[in-house]
Amino acid sequence: MSGLMVNAEAVHKRFGRLEVLKGITLEVARGEVMCLLGPSGSGKSTFLRCINHLEKINSGRLSVDGELVGYRQVGTRLHELRESEVARKRAEIGMVFQHFNLFPHMTAIENVTCAPVRVKGIGREQARTRGAELLDRVGLADKLDSYPAQLSGGQQQRVAIARALAMEPKLMLFDEPTSALDPELVGEVLQAMQQLARDGMTMIVVTHEIGFAREVADTVVFMDEGVVVEAGGPADVIANPRHERTKSFLSKVL
Amino acid sequence: MSSPEVTEEPGRPDEITAVPVRHPGRWIVAAIVVVIAASLVRSAVTSSGFQWGVVGEYLFDANVLEGLVLTLELTVIAMVIGVALGVLLAVMRLSPNPLVSRASWLYIWFFRGTPVLVQLLFWYNIAALYPKLALGIPFGPAFIHPNVNTLVTAFRAGVLALGLNEGAYMAEIVRAGMISVNEGQTDAAQSLGMTRVQTLRRIVLPQAMRVIIPPTGNETISMLKTTSLASVITVPELLRSVENIYSRNFKVIPLLIVASIWYIVCTSVLYVGQYYLERYYGRGASRELSPTMLQRWKGGILSGRREWA
Repeated sequence: MSGLMVNAEAVHKRFGRLEVLKGITLEVARGEVMCLLGPSGSGKSTFLRCINHLEKINSGRLSVDGELVGYRQVGTRLHELRESEVARKRAEIGMVFQHFNLFPHMTAIENVTCAPVRVKGIGREQARTRGAELLDRVGLADKLDSYPAQLSGGQQQRVAIARALAMEPKLMLFDEPTSALDPELVGEVLQAMQQLARDGMTMIVVTHEIGFAREVADTVVFMDEGVVVEAGGPADVIANPRHERTKSFLSKVL
Repeated sequence: MSSPEVTEEPGRPDEITAVPVRHPGRWIVAAIVVVIAASLVRSAVTSSGFQWGVVGEYLFDANVLEGLVLTLELTVIAMVIGVALGVLLAVMRLSPNPLVSRASWLYIWFFRGTPVLVQLLFWYNIAALYPKLALGIPFGPAFIHPNVNTLVTAFRAGVLALGLNEGAYMAEIVRAGMISVNEGQTDAAQSLGMTRVQTLRRIVLPQAMRVIIPPTGNETISMLKTTSLASVITVPELLRSVENIYSRNFKVIPLLIVASIWYIVCTSVLYVGQYYLERYYGRGASRELSPTMLQRWKGGILSGRREWA
């Protein structure tokens, strides 16, 4: 098994005539934390959604843990995966969304246990014990039976992180997890993510939190207009950007 | 350095006690409403045409009660068919397969485009169109040949017509509910590894219920009354049963009142049921559970009194 968790080669994605990704080539190693930076519309979120096949790529190769996303290769031909196979692969990749997307008709603990019970077939009791542990880990031990509407944005996002972790993913995708939060609530979510990174989780984080990227990321990738402009360690990309585009972006957000 | 014994904050002004604005208009309108209501009640009590004695005599008549039961059966069965068909048609309508989605559209177009009374008459006379049914392999041999005339009784024709018609309306209601659920919910469910069917059943439909329930309650109440159309095709439901009685004794008005009383009793029960269903499916939508009906009435009267002061 190779050490690569995600391998993207010349990934292209079009929406109608609009080309959003114009050849993304990236490698994410096992246990690596990668932060994707860039102006809105640069294709960061789309790339993230391609990784768990919420969007289909138009050309290029994209594989997770050594297996192609959405296809099976037989000889030289690609065969589309069946819906159930796609679902099984998605179950191994956790995703956290900008707008949390918690299920509003379920309590926090139900949100966390729903997929393990329905998708993995884990017993209710066992799922509940494990779910309570996870909620405890993100500091919400006293909110098990609260509905999302009764929680603050920061608390909701932490439930969403616990919900994704409950599936025991090998890779976590974060799509601007703090962009919809009040400034004073950003810290608690970043803290939960930092803890996760310390535990060795492979993470790809689309974010505008430069401070977080500098501290936590192993690799920082700057994207613009559907291409990777610059990639490297945070000391290079954030502290000493080489490209004009990166410099002007960072000067605006820092 | 304030001591803890201080009970009155210094500098805090007294509570405001002002003369409230008077609303003479409200009193005048209220007086007019009371006068109209009183004269209506007086006419109902004193007019001989109502014949309350006859109403009381027939209110619990065996034939009327049998008609009432049949009305309820028609309502329940037609609504069950309607809701099941509605969910199916709505899912078909949103299907990625264009043929399936067009078929659903065509069904809805046809059944909404023709009057339900005409559909009732059609099903009642279906034997004239298809005297024999054949169940078997399409274009191949058939195994059973039921006689349509004996198969489709008046009651079954009524259930079919009302149910199939209702399916078209329910489909639009269910579809509106499903569309109202944020796309992020589907994204989240799929990213957790749920299939399309699981996402629909566990995530989308339960949330769509909040939008679907109120109009479905209206549809049920409306259906209860629409079943009276089945009297035209000789189904002995509530209206038909009082018609049968007044065609013999000519006490038309009191017997229509009997039917109306039962209709309004049933719709009132449905109204209460709908309220609690909405309350159940509204959980999670706001920070606290909405009040029970009793609490709401009490609250309404109290706040009303305050308004009047």
